[in-house]
Amino acid sequence: MNKLELQKTANEVRKGIVTAVHGAKAGHPGGSLSAADIFTYLYFEEMNIDPKNPKKADRDRFVLSKGHTAPGLYSALAHRGYFPVEDLATLRHLGSYLQGHPCMQETPGVDMSSGSLGQGISAAVGMALAAKMDNKDYRVYTLLGDGEIQEGQVWEASMFAGHRKLDNLVVIVDNNGLQIDGKIEDVCSPYPIDKKFEAFNFHVINIDGNDFDQIDAAFKEARATKGMPTAIICKTVKGKGVSYMENNAGWHGKAPNDEEYAVAMADLEKIGQELGGAN
Amino acid sequence: MADVKKIATRESYGNALAECGADFPNLVVLDADLAGATKTGVFKKAFPERHIDCGIAECNMTGIAAGLATCGKIPFISSFAMFAAGRNFEQVRNSIGYPHLNVKIGATHAGITVGEDGATHQCNEDVALMRTIPGMTVIVPSDDVEAKAAVRAAIEYNGPVYLRFGRAAVPVINDRPDYRFEIGKGVLLREGSDVTIVASGITVANALEAAELLAADGISAEVINIHTIKPLDEDIITASAGKTGRVVTVEEHSVIGGLGSAVCDCLSAKCPTKVLKIGMQDVFGESGSAGALVEKYGLDGKGIYASVKGFVK
Repeated sequence: MNKLELQKTANEVRKGIVTAVHGAKAGHPGGSLSAADIFTYLYFEEMNIDPKNPKKADRDRFVLSKGHTAPGLYSALAHRGYFPVEDLATLRHLGSYLQGHPCMQETPGVDMSSGSLGQGISAAVGMALAAKMDNKDYRVYTLLGDGEIQEGQVWEASMFAGHRKLDNLVVIVDNNGLQIDGKIEDVCSPYPIDKKFEAFNFHVINIDGNDFDQIDAAFKEARATKGMPTAIICKTVKGKGVSYMENNAGWHGKAPNDEEYAVAMADLEKIGQELGGAN
Repeated sequence: MADVKKIATRESYGNALAECGADFPNLVVLDADLAGATKTGVFKKAFPERHIDCGIAECNMTGIAAGLATCGKIPFISSFAMFAAGRNFEQVRNSIGYPHLNVKIGATHAGITVGEDGATHQCNEDVALMRTIPGMTVIVPSDDVEAKAAVRAAIEYNGPVYLRFGRAAVPVINDRPDYRFEIGKGVLLREGSDVTIVASGITVANALEAAELLAADGISAEVINIHTIKPLDEDIITASAGKTGRVVTVEEHSVIGGLGSAVCDCLSAKCPTKVLKIGMQDVFGESGSAGALVEKYGLDGKGIYASVKGFVK
């Protein structure tokens, strides 16, 4: 996909996020929207995957370590063809295969159950290790929140990945700057994030995580990096694309009501038109 | 029982892994800087490329094992029970239990027979924790023969299994040609009519000793070895309870949540029976030799004998 196609797709993914969370009357729109461009790039450009064969043996793997942003992952998977986009509205409903947090046994395309913060990265490290042990060339991606990296297990996993020189692993940090209780630097600052990963023997790339040129360059650089894992620290806007949600911690884990939903969809519709309409 | 061969079940664990390594190429073993103590070092020596030392980071080790399992490996994670089940509980629950991944947890140094290290390292709560996780199989082998058989059975079974091993050498009691291990199947070791003693792990040998002492007093004790605490063999327990009318459980574990509780859960629903639970009575352990601790907390043959005798009186 070219940049414009990626932008248009990401905008559709964002509509899916808002629709899913509105349908659920609960969920986490802020961090799903901030990472929508990353989800889109991974599933439409970067990863070797097949929606018709979600368990293909040598596929690339993705672990959503910040599992509460499942709406972002589900919307990307739906738009990529793993399951019908209409089903996004069943998110969190009793009996739905779209659980509040990712469940690998329920949802096609979900490579690992996650949601308890700090655990997904370890599973991703295990997958990357398995590829190395089996001399396979599949790659493993995991997305973490900037609040999530307050969890100690993240650094246990990072130490191991650096020690084992897992260059088939890409750790992506969605640095939208906000967690439930407020700004991450006010709650318990994880900064400097880049220097921490460097100290754990990662190749580190800092980018604007809502800019597809920079996202594209970063993932290409990660692919070319040998002998160490890569961390891509993505500066993003929480709630990106929905006017009243942007940079507002209050929209971390809250669903829009009907009126707010209409405003959100109008915001995204406008962005879509500015991009020149549908793909 | 001075002439009986004694082996610690952690030794059996390491040896069984090494013996199974060639038969199961997907078998991988993870440790957290305790390969010497958990005896996975034996496997490491035989299959160095399939032994992964994660350093002192049990929670990460658990997640790595989960990731390996999604890629077709059969990982065993090894640590002391205190960390494998205690520190790790939520990782085991969410990263292994919830996705029902094919990870085996080889927990050594369980219970008070850890000995001198004292209460911080004597885990008497692991069975209680693990049996609450849906889909988790919980196995507590009684000796070397059973421990080795349990490791192989766990490998052949597809799903999460918690295996509990001890530090101290214990008598080999299952070395007989007709011994067969089946997950979820209790073993009737001695028939009796006055009382049923249900034991697990290293207390099984002591329960047999107690039964001998009871016999000398004219009390006929039936002894059942429950090596699989979950799923529990309810048939063997209810059949025996129906016959004797009195049940005693013996475990090197808290009486809250372990074998005793599992047996009571079963009997209260299917065969209401008076039960005496022998084990750690809601207390922490302490430093001392394994033998001295087992005696102090009433888990040796004489202690079990005295408790059972008081119960059936």
